[in-house]
This record gives sequence, structure tokens and C-alpha cells, in this order.
Amino acid sequence: MTSSSPHRPIDALAPGEVALIASIDRAGLAPETAQRLCELGFDEGVDVEILHRAPFGGDPIAIRVGNMVVALRRDMARLIEVAA
Amino acid sequence: MNAPTANLARTPVVALVGNPNAGKTSLFNALTGSRQKVGNYPGVTVERKAGRLALPDGRLCDLIDLPGTYSLNPRSPDEAVTRDAIFGRIAGEKPLDAIVAVIDATNLRNHLRFVLELKALDLPLVVALNMVDLAARDGIVIDTARLADLIGLPVVETVAVRKRGLDALGAALASRIGEAPPALPVERTSDIRALQKQARQLAGAVETASGSARRWSQRIDAVVLHPVIGPLLLAAILFFMFQAVFSWAEAPMGWIEDGIAAVQAELAARLPEGVLLSLLNDGVLAGVGAVVVFLPQILILFAFIIALEQSGYMTRAAFLMDRLMARVGLNGRAFIPLLSSFACAIPGIMATRTIDSPRDRLTTILIAPLMTCSARLPVYAVVIGAFIPARDVGPVGLQGLVLFALYLAGILGALVAAFALRRTVTKGAAPPFLMEMPKYQWPAPRDLALGLYGRATAFLKRAGTIILASTIVLWALASWPQPPVDADRPGIEYSLAGKIGTALEPLFAPIGFNKEIAIALVPGMAAREVAVSALGTVYALQGVDEEHAQGLIEQLRAAWPLPTALAFLAWFVFAPQCISTLAITRRETASWRWPIFMFSYLFAAAYIAAGLTYHLAVALGL
Repeated sequence: MTSSSPHRPIDALAPGEVALIASIDRAGLAPETAQRLCELGFDEGVDVEILHRAPFGGDPIAIRVGNMVVALRRDMARLIEVAA
Repeated sequence: MNAPTANLARTPVVALVGNPNAGKTSLFNALTGSRQKVGNYPGVTVERKAGRLALPDGRLCDLIDLPGTYSLNPRSPDEAVTRDAIFGRIAGEKPLDAIVAVIDATNLRNHLRFVLELKALDLPLVVALNMVDLAARDGIVIDTARLADLIGLPVVETVAVRKRGLDALGAALASRIGEAPPALPVERTSDIRALQKQARQLAGAVETASGSARRWSQRIDAVVLHPVIGPLLLAAILFFMFQAVFSWAEAPMGWIEDGIAAVQAELAARLPEGVLLSLLNDGVLAGVGAVVVFLPQILILFAFIIALEQSGYMTRAAFLMDRLMARVGLNGRAFIPLLSSFACAIPGIMATRTIDSPRDRLTTILIAPLMTCSARLPVYAVVIGAFIPARDVGPVGLQGLVLFALYLAGILGALVAAFALRRTVTKGAAPPFLMEMPKYQWPAPRDLALGLYGRATAFLKRAGTIILASTIVLWALASWPQPPVDADRPGIEYSLAGKIGTALEPLFAPIGFNKEIAIALVPGMAAREVAVSALGTVYALQGVDEEHAQGLIEQLRAAWPLPTALAFLAWFVFAPQCISTLAITRRETASWRWPIFMFSYLFAAAYIAAGLTYHLAVALGL
């Protein structure tokens, strides 16, 4: 991905910054995981925000997605991109 | 006019279905009260909760609380039960007459997606729009009539914890349940993303004000999940919990012990000396006592765990600890079961049901016995009291330091074991860590009480029967055959247990254990603390127990060299000296394979640890 790409990983969001999900790399996930991510509300066009990063290295992270808060590890968060 | 026909006598079956955290169990408790039965689905360790519900038209129906799930595509055994129950695939379960879809009014868009998925099944369906009070608090206004209209289903507003909307829900159900059972639904794949999109539009159309959901939860999380305050708060909560488990339980444990002792004394005064008295006093009552004496601790522990679960804090603890647990191949959800195991491995192993990955769950079960449970304390107290001088090393006492080292050895052993297990027997990719963090709620007293009652009876049933049975078997082993009249050695040496111990002596000799220890380890299989009274018996002392161990301490000091004592301590850090733990492992893994594996690996670890300790101590000239 070049620096001019309009998308960046969700992990790069600044605290308090709200953005819309631009793409989810579903091919990089097991089918059940991609489905669970969808069931938890992750979808293109949904508003997200990083609320918390865990102590001891900032992993996992807690993401607000719509009205829900979901904890996931950063290696998965890298597959979710938000619009710049 | 009441000619009962087969059809009229039929009891309809209604299931509560919904996402986790929708308040389903609260609604179930509010609808059924204490008239509920908790059991297990056949072949899986998934709790089955059922109760009776009286409909406003006088009909009775069976209400089933199905495990919470996000969709009909299961990811865990719990979720599979929900799917199978809906499609009528569980042996012994009647097909459903109707479904109540429980949804959280503060999270409409996600929960409505599941309702749309359920609607496609063509079963009679009623939507319970739950927690409307919390939605109002957050400023969310929902046009319920419009929702019912758009979705084409009856929608009833409920507040389960305050018993609001229950009559309306009953009326809506009564109008949907017909005389004859509906046809079984057909499973088809649904496009979750399309439904999700539809649900978002639906939610947008019926929410006349969207408010600022979760404002309170976010404020609390700012403290609870703070990088510095968060872990400190977790440590403080855990410290308080353990303090409570041990100090609040002390008095009731004393009453139970005194009560059992009084019954034993009464029996001894009334019955002639003999086999019957010995069976009742040393077998049955000692066995019952060994179970009930831990009940106060276990109840307090369960009360804390249930309150932490219901408040929403448990997922925060899992979030805080995930990183550390990930280093040994586990996930954050393993933290609480392992913590519970410091009181007793049995509730700990039962608590692993919240871990959705089967491999993580199995690993957690296998290492749970390495957490130093409270039954090890009497053993440690006696041996430390006998062999570790009560002097200070710097600012701390040496005895306390040794005790701390034993706890630490257990934790380190568990970490190493988890690391090794995840690379061998429980090898394989775990499903990724993906966890909803629900909003905070005050635990409702009714839900707390019913949850506590359910878990306490489960513990008594599962652990109680096996402990009682094993105590009686071990009592018989230690009592027969009886010693000859002119016996010059303690009676136990002539018994089967004594013979087994004597036969095992060559096995234990290389790690510094003498014949007396080998014999005491046999009845000590019932429960770890039994080893104390068993040593008392082997050394022919009368009435040795945790409070009257002074005689034993002096006896051991004279009989054991220091390396033997240290090896004995190392043995108890790892040894699988607890039949109940093995029995509960069999229950929870539904196979003999894992308890046998657990016994073998813990035995090997204990043997190696005791052997190393013994030879190191001898080499150092201790």
C-alpha cells in the first residue's frame, strides 16, 4: 500500500477519531471469522472508533463499531481499513 | 366442556433466543422465577435451562433458555445447541412451538439482524425489545409500533430486571401458539451481510432519536481499562475477592466442622465400637464433611464470579489479561477460570465453559490443578511448620517466603505446561480473539441468587457424589484387612492401603519418600488435605487434623530428613492428589482420555520436581 492510498488500517486511528470502514480483507480471514466479524457489526460504511488499547503493549484493542464495543487483537485489526 | 384430547393436553415449547448480552437469562428468570430446572444437554457440557410459563389464556408452556448466539452459524458448542434446538435436531427435545427473540434496545442494528435471520424460519416469533429503560437513559427513542409494522412481527417492550412487559409478552405469545405444532423449519444459508445492511436501515427508520449510547459504559471504561489504573484496579478486585473467600468463609467453615464433629461424637457415644461406627464416622461423615466444608468458600467465590460476569467486568478483565495469556498460547478468557482455581480447581474447571475455543478450553482445564488450591494449604502449613525455621530473611519471614515460592512454582509450572501443551497435544490454531464488551449493568439480585443456586447445586451434585464415594472407598482400603490383635505397628500398615503404599515404596524411594509417606498418599487421593490426617494415622497419632497438628509436626521433624520434607512440598505443587478434579475433568471433557492424561502428566511433573528437589537438597548438604 502506498502512502497516497485513501485507506489506512483501523489500527492507525488517533484516539477519539471516528471514521467509516472502507474495506475488510475477508480473504485474509478464516470464513467463520469473517462471518463473526460481520455479525459483530463490522461492515463497509459503518462508523468505528478506537476506544482503548490494552496495557502491556497496546494489544488487544477495543473498537466501538456502531453501538457495540468489540475487543480484537491487532493482527486482525490490520485487515480492516478505514477511509482516510 | 373440558374433554381433554391429546392435542389439548400438549404442552407447547417456547424458546428464548438472542444475542449474548441481550438480557435473555434475566428475562427467563423473570418469567419462570425459581421454578426452573438446570441440567445438561446430552453429550455436551452445555447447560439446559427450562421452566414453566403460564400464558394469560391459562395454557402452560415449557420455556427453554437457549444459549446466547450471534447467528444460526455456530462457532462454539453452546451456539450449536441453539441451532440444533431450533431445527429440532436434539435427541429427547420436543420441536419448538414458538420463539421469543430477545433483543437489546440499545443495540438495535446488530440484534435486529438476528431477528431477520430467525424470521426467515417461518416459526411463530415474538420480539421482546428488552432494556428499553437503558435505551431511554441513553436518549435512544424507538418507535415500537413502527418497528412491529416494518418487521411484520409482534414487538413487546420489556425490562426484564424490573419485570416490566411480561404480561404483554405472554399475551403476544398466546396469540401465536396454535393448537398443532408448526412444521419444522428448514435450514438454509442466509446472506449475513445483506441482512446486516437491512437491519441497519430498519434501525435507522425506527430510532427517532439515536442518543449517545453507552455514554456511561465509556466513562467507566476510561478508568477500568486505563493502562495504569486498569491493571491496579483488577489486582485490587482480585485481592479483595480472595480476602473475602478466605476470611468470610472462616466462621461458617468452623461451624460446619464443629457440627460434623458433634454428630460424630454423638454417634460414638451411642453406637458400639465397630465397623458400622467407623463407616459412619470415618467414611460417610468424613466424606460429607470434606465436601461441605469447602462450600462456604465456593459459594463466596461463585457469588463474586457471577456478579463480575453480570456487571460486564469479566470481559474487561479478559481484555486486560489477554496479552499476557497470549504469550503462553491462551486467550484472556482463561484468566478467570485459572484464578478461581486458587480456591478450588473444580469451580475453576466448571468456569472454563465461557472459553469459546475448544483447544484453549482444554488447555485451561489441564493446567487448572496447578494453581495452588486451598486444600493444599493444610499440607503446606504442617510441613513448613515442621521444617522451615520461623526466622526472618530481611524484612520477611522465611516460612511465608517458602509458602509464596510454592504458589509461584505452581503458576510458573502452569505457564510452562500451557506453553508445552499448546505446542503438542492441544496444538492447532485457536479461533482468533474476538469478544463483545457489553455495557455495564448492576447485577440484579434475583439473577445473582438464581445463578448462585444453580452453580452451587451443580457443584454439590458433581463434586459431592464423587468425593463421598471416593472417601468411602479409601476408608475401606485403609480399614481392611484389620490389624491382628498383637499388632506392633499402626493398623493402617496391615490394610490394603498400607499394602499398596508399601508396594509403591520402591517407586518413591528415589525421590526421598519413605514408606510412611507412600502409605499416606493412598488415602490422600481423596483430597489433598486428607494427607495430613493420613500422616497422623500412619504415625499412629490420634485425632490429627488441621488445628491439632502440633504432635504431627514434632513427629515429622524427628522422622524426616530435611531433603525429604522439601521433596514432599515440591510433590504437592504438582501432584494430581484429588479424585474430584479428575472426575470433573471427565465430566467437562466427556471422555476418560483427558483425566488420564492430566493424571499422568501431573504425576510425572510431581515426580520430577520432588526428585530434583531431593537430590539438590542432598547435594547441598541440607
